[in-house]
Amino acid sequence: MRGNFSKITKMFSASVVAAGLLISAPARAADDTIKVGILHSLSGTMAISETTLKDAMLMLIDEQNAKGGLLGKKLEAVVVDPASNWPLFAEKARELISKDKVAAVFGCWTSVSRKSVLPVFSELDNILFYPVQYEGEESERNVFYTGAAPNQQAIPAVDYLMSEDGGSVKRWVLEGTDYVYPRTTNKILEAYLKAKGVAAEDIMVNYTPFGFADWQTEVSAIKKFGSAGKKTAVVSTVNGDANVPFYKELGNQGIKAEDIPVMAFSVGEEELAGLDTAPLVGHLAAWNYFESIDTPENKKFIADWHKFIKNDKRTTNDPMEAHYIGFNMWVKAVEKAGTTDPDKVIDAMVGVSVPNLTGGYSTMMPNHHITKPVLIGEIQADGQFETVSRTPGLVMGDEWSDYLPDSKDLISDWRAPLSCGNFNVATGKCGGKGTN
Amino acid sequence: MNLFRTIGLMLLFLLATMSSSGAGETDLRGIIAKFATAKGFSEIGAVVHELAAAGDPAVERPLAALADGNLYVRKADSLVFAGKEAGESVQLFDPLSGEASGEAAKDDITKIKVNNTLRRVIRDALGTLTLGAKDPAVRIAAADTMFKTPDAANIGPLDTAIASETVASVRALLEQARAASVLVSDRPDADKLAAIALIGARGDRDAVSLLAAVEANSSDAVKQAATAAIANINSTLAFWDAGQNIWYGISLGSVLLLAAIGLAITFGVMGVINMAHGEMVMLGAYTTFVVQQVIRTSFPGLFDWSLVIALPLAFLVSALVGLIIERGVIRFLYGRPLETLLATWGVSLILQQAVRSIFGPTNQEVGNPSWMSGSFNVGQLAITWNRLWILVFALTVFAVLLYVMKRTPWGLQMRAVTANRRMAASMGIRTPWVDALTFALGSGIAGIAGVALSQIDNVSPNLGRGYIIDSFMVVVFGGVGNLWGTLVGAFSLGIVNKFLEPYAGAVLGKIVVLVLIILFIQKRPRGLFALKGRAVEA
Repeated sequence: MRGNFSKITKMFSASVVAAGLLISAPARAADDTIKVGILHSLSGTMAISETTLKDAMLMLIDEQNAKGGLLGKKLEAVVVDPASNWPLFAEKARELISKDKVAAVFGCWTSVSRKSVLPVFSELDNILFYPVQYEGEESERNVFYTGAAPNQQAIPAVDYLMSEDGGSVKRWVLEGTDYVYPRTTNKILEAYLKAKGVAAEDIMVNYTPFGFADWQTEVSAIKKFGSAGKKTAVVSTVNGDANVPFYKELGNQGIKAEDIPVMAFSVGEEELAGLDTAPLVGHLAAWNYFESIDTPENKKFIADWHKFIKNDKRTTNDPMEAHYIGFNMWVKAVEKAGTTDPDKVIDAMVGVSVPNLTGGYSTMMPNHHITKPVLIGEIQADGQFETVSRTPGLVMGDEWSDYLPDSKDLISDWRAPLSCGNFNVATGKCGGKGTN
Repeated sequence: MNLFRTIGLMLLFLLATMSSSGAGETDLRGIIAKFATAKGFSEIGAVVHELAAAGDPAVERPLAALADGNLYVRKADSLVFAGKEAGESVQLFDPLSGEASGEAAKDDITKIKVNNTLRRVIRDALGTLTLGAKDPAVRIAAADTMFKTPDAANIGPLDTAIASETVASVRALLEQARAASVLVSDRPDADKLAAIALIGARGDRDAVSLLAAVEANSSDAVKQAATAAIANINSTLAFWDAGQNIWYGISLGSVLLLAAIGLAITFGVMGVINMAHGEMVMLGAYTTFVVQQVIRTSFPGLFDWSLVIALPLAFLVSALVGLIIERGVIRFLYGRPLETLLATWGVSLILQQAVRSIFGPTNQEVGNPSWMSGSFNVGQLAITWNRLWILVFALTVFAVLLYVMKRTPWGLQMRAVTANRRMAASMGIRTPWVDALTFALGSGIAGIAGVALSQIDNVSPNLGRGYIIDSFMVVVFGGVGNLWGTLVGAFSLGIVNKFLEPYAGAVLGKIVVLVLIILFIQKRPRGLFALKGRAVEA
């Protein structure tokens, strides 16, 4: 009995050791790779936009590996699917950081998904690269915003429409989907327009629900608003799927871009791919990148993309460029810091400068936003945009809008010794409030 | 009148001599060559003005090419060509004569860029030049452009055109365009007042727009007349607006009817809470997409028929999938609504993800056939063709379905089985097959609804999601088990929604409708048209 028992203990301990070896074997193998988390919805409503970004990240990681990896190690992508479910974003982010031990995460699209993961990133101290244009009013130590802040998209777009080239617009319709990004952007734009001397009765603001499909009333209201004898334009923050029926209704009701142009902030090449664009020629969009930009970097990027995705009909778009910039910045910062330790990388990120796809360099600023050119493009019959205006220099992302009373005194600087995301210059204290 | 005509003819003669002596072909080429060196939109605009000022109808070709973005400069010799893209290269044509002049690689030429402002300048310039065109439609377009962009300089050419115009309707438009130009000229007030009367009679939004501009910067008498005319037009337009709202409501109602009518069978008649109903609609839309793809690649001539071809196919595809779902899942769950709800919800997720994996997550482009594009006016009411056809289609589907349910043996069996299953079975009806075919019918109808909805909505895996709630709302509101209830429910919800929207906005409007339905259901739990009799208790 005793012998038997000792035999059992021996066997048990041997198996424990074996199991330990088995477990540690992949763990040691993992030490030779650097893991990169990709947090984009692959199912649900947002899959339409986010799947492309997942593929773009996989391509960038492949290319980096082909160049010999990073710090002598291979990069390994860890893809999770938060399924367009905002709380699930936080869970999946936690899983990526705690379980998979990723060095950085590239992900999120909607503002609400970003807000949902913020606490996770600051608690577990990791890095998030957020590639989509957003409403601003936020600056977090653990987040790098590679998409446009309002002053890198909305304000220059309105400036263009006000200019002689853009048609000297005097009357404005701010049409948006009812959620945080359009509401904040329109609040900023309204304040900006009023500061420029536009009367309140010359601004019409209207919101529609997500996925809105019946635009008849809205389009005829725009038509009516536009018949007051002043040049009218629509600034559209309509999101996602609602755009296609919106543009179809505009076309059917005969609103031409020459008469009432629509300037969109959420319509890119990918959204136009589901549309017959012939009736839309001349409607506008403001971005920091267009697929039609004629630079050698962009040509190479498009060719690589078509090769990677094995389909030369697939378009490229602005958030893809943002990931391109963000990923290259991260690679550079890791090389500079000599480690993937998030704290050191966050400090090394500020000041890193990498080429963008529009023929210049983008630099990470102390407020964790980047510098970008702002482009205004007109929709062409082939579903591409043609650049009709480009800011002369690079525009620095301004996280706290100067046009909102709550945030005009705030600045963000994550360098020591300030190291604060919402420093109030009026009170001289860290910790002010934004509008949301 | 005679005097008028003589002056007109003299002017015409003058114009003709000016164009032949003033700007010869070489001069025009000289102006066109300036496009090669023009920098920025304002300089290109200046060249356009110069071309238009030459007054030669021959400039229509290069200007139209420029407006369409088809004017190029060859980098090697800075010559300007009209171009037509053909794959990687561009076919070049002479900008004036249109003769072919070889090809060029895309990298060897630069496109002359245009923007909205420039396109408008070109449109205005072309308006004056095409006033004498043979095609009345072109003349109407020209008159329309000149009405919207009045210019004192237009009065002369318009007078000429009015004098020689033979079609009465076009002449009326030309006279309105002339009146618009008179208003911005420095003619005496008497002329302007006459012009305001003419424009006021036109009575549409463009007229208001024009008069509002006049009102803002005129002398007193004219100003008062303009204000009165605007008020007059606006009161008529208010009447038309109400009509517009009813039409929008009917149109939204037809969409709701289409989306809900299949559910009226699967949920209304059979009592199956089918959460995968929206996905049947989506499958119909994707069938349309596939049909159009095949037509585009193999039989481009048939494109206008694509929807007609897609209809039976969409019905078959969705009906087949419905049949499989009924045989595979639902038949095990009859009488257990909660399980049915969860199971069909699961099926809907599976179908969505399947479509996403096969076709990709992005929107697919489904084109509108020519007979479904554009709009026409009834008075001041703009009616878009696609909405009108969808209304006609929805009503047709409803009529056919009603006939099937009420007048065919199959319909009788369907109603018998749902009324009393055991009795029907004892009468020799094979109830399981009737169940399966009824479910397939409901799904198939959802499929053909998808064909119609592909014309106004995105074709994406999420298409069905947007319609499922609305469909249930319509069926419950109209009365479960009653097709007429679905019809009335759909149209009343549509009209109420569209009447609320202009006042409450789309978001609040939707909420108000939902609250109204909840209150209504409290009062009448069985909906508008409640079934009476023993069938209800079963």
